[in-house]
Amino acid sequence: MNNNIWWSSEEFWKKTAIFITGFMFLILILLTFDTVDQITAGSNRVPDYTVINNKIFYRHDEKRNLLVPVIGEEAPLFGELLNEEQSHELINIGKLTIQAKNCMNCHTLLGNGAYYAPDLTKAWLDPSWGNESIREILMLNFLLDPESNARTFGSNRKMPNMDLTEQEAKAVIAYLKWMSSIDTNGFPANFKPIKQDEEK
Amino acid sequence: MIEHILDTKNLNSGQKIAVKYFSVAIILFAAQIIFGMLAGIQFNSPGFLYEVIDFNVNRMVHINAMIIWLLYGFMGSIYWLVEEEAQTTLVGNKIANLGFWVLTIAVVIVVLVFLIVQSGGGNQTSLWLINEGREYIEAPRWADIGIVAVMLIFFYNITATFMKGKWSGISGVIVLDLAALAGVYLAGMFYSENISMDQFWWWWVVHLWVEATWEVLIGCIMAWGLIKTIKADRRIVTTWLYIEVALMFGSGILGLGHHYFWIGTPEYWLTIGGFFSALEPIPLVAMLVHAIYDSGVKQFKSTNNPALAWLIVHAFGNFFGAGVFGFMQTLPQINLYTHGTQWSASHGHLAFFGAYVTINIAMFYMAIQKWRGNVAMGSNLTDNGWKWKTSLGLLNLGVVGMTIAMLVAGYQQAFIERATEGSTWSGFFKAQTDPTFLLSMDWRMIFGWITALGLVILIWDLVTIGRYSPNEAAGASTDKKLERPKNVYPTDRSSMGG
Repeated sequence: MNNNIWWSSEEFWKKTAIFITGFMFLILILLTFDTVDQITAGSNRVPDYTVINNKIFYRHDEKRNLLVPVIGEEAPLFGELLNEEQSHELINIGKLTIQAKNCMNCHTLLGNGAYYAPDLTKAWLDPSWGNESIREILMLNFLLDPESNARTFGSNRKMPNMDLTEQEAKAVIAYLKWMSSIDTNGFPANFKPIKQDEEK
Repeated sequence: MIEHILDTKNLNSGQKIAVKYFSVAIILFAAQIIFGMLAGIQFNSPGFLYEVIDFNVNRMVHINAMIIWLLYGFMGSIYWLVEEEAQTTLVGNKIANLGFWVLTIAVVIVVLVFLIVQSGGGNQTSLWLINEGREYIEAPRWADIGIVAVMLIFFYNITATFMKGKWSGISGVIVLDLAALAGVYLAGMFYSENISMDQFWWWWVVHLWVEATWEVLIGCIMAWGLIKTIKADRRIVTTWLYIEVALMFGSGILGLGHHYFWIGTPEYWLTIGGFFSALEPIPLVAMLVHAIYDSGVKQFKSTNNPALAWLIVHAFGNFFGAGVFGFMQTLPQINLYTHGTQWSASHGHLAFFGAYVTINIAMFYMAIQKWRGNVAMGSNLTDNGWKWKTSLGLLNLGVVGMTIAMLVAGYQQAFIERATEGSTWSGFFKAQTDPTFLLSMDWRMIFGWITALGLVILIWDLVTIGRYSPNEAAGASTDKKLERPKNVYPTDRSSMGG
């Protein structure tokens, strides 16, 4: 390698490496400020935890050409209207339970995790719960005793009993409901939600 | 034939620490494969160990053992080269030993708790003491703090040693990269009930480790490895290293955006993440060309054939596993269908193997060579080196086979679950019970067994290779074409810049 040629010199590439790394990191920091703002709970993309008091459904957005979550009329979870603090607390217990029970090493959440069991991003709106009126109680029964209420869809995979308390199970359901209200840019693809009241 | 026993007198003080790290790394490598096999069996036969050690536990140990053994390998590699590179002795021997034992005891406790306690109630105590429940970084919070403390010891030891001795281009990149590597880990050490926020920072750790700082670190190890195995010119190697750093961080830092397509983050990440992550294979091409070209210039003559062979496998594996298999699904239009399916698992297996497992194995072979008294491990191995050749073949066949099997399964899953069934739970299970999917998973298991057999032979080889080599140092091997340095330090430092 001829050191007289500037573009093949060690010094040139050293400076280039430092400059590019610094520049890219700076851009990342700037974008991080904006993104963190946009994904803070209570934003347009990531709704406030009190949405668990409302109906959540999907509408096709013509401009973006994908399904976007819509927050509808009042529809309290387990018939109990929660204030801001209570909603936050329930969501907090739900998230702690999801982490402590290591859900992510079988399921995916927002597409991340393991591929042994179904994605939970839109679990709240999955058509397999039949219809909206019985969904909550089916989910609760399943989480408290997944073996007896196994939903295997013809496979032989069964969720083990994770020893959830009733409060933890309800909190997980609240969490799944809230998570389904996050705008995920249309992920997962072509999602066909549970039959909605509007369609009836 | 003279027996060459493993004798720590043959090692400098940094290398004495390094072989401890390497030894634990191999044990954890074996654990990774064992728990991967258990999870694989459960995937096909869900009744196996049901409610004894469930899939989520086996899978967690599988991926955590991998992350930790690769880290052990990297730390060992840096301890291995630090004294030769700095041309001085390690600053803190006792503290290095302390760091090693603290980390190792912590790892043992974490794994035992994972296996025995498994999970706790939905509260902070579980996250602090049992399991944090976040993929790849499941270690409970107390262990996070321990890891940071050990990393600080490690960082101090390496940096202070270079400060006491000499800096080089390679050592400069190592130190700055270690600082970044430790820094981004902090981003994963807090709890958020908001899953979008959680995953946003979680990817700072996972992506900026495996697709940025780890790649640069192995670039340094590769650079040093080429100087050692084929006596590559230091100036050329260092210049290439800078080019790789520029390309790697130039694409990889904003390439982080390809994890921000679907987690609630704004739409501009679809463009930024798609564009920059599509550039990520470019530095891997550069690394491949550089390694093969330099080896070719030296006619692939080496004092340590297994190490050089694994470095070459690394160059290809990194390019195909991380580069090609990553690129295949990195654009959002494709990723919408493939993310979170067996495509991801396929890419993950080949990428981690190709990029990181291979280069650690190369370092193990370099360590064994010196540990036995710098024995010749070129083309003159007593048994014609059948064990290293066989294990290299089986490990590559096994991992590539698993990768292809999971890719076929991933295609089926993306078509059935996502494209036609609308990503519902019934769609998921329809894909999982599809005959082609099931057949692919059987093949995945067969190739898993081949990988396991390869590992057994690799371990057998590592404990026996060079034991009865002719009593000639590597520097005086039968290959007369290469001139060897007379002392342990590279002789070509006069041409070193930076």
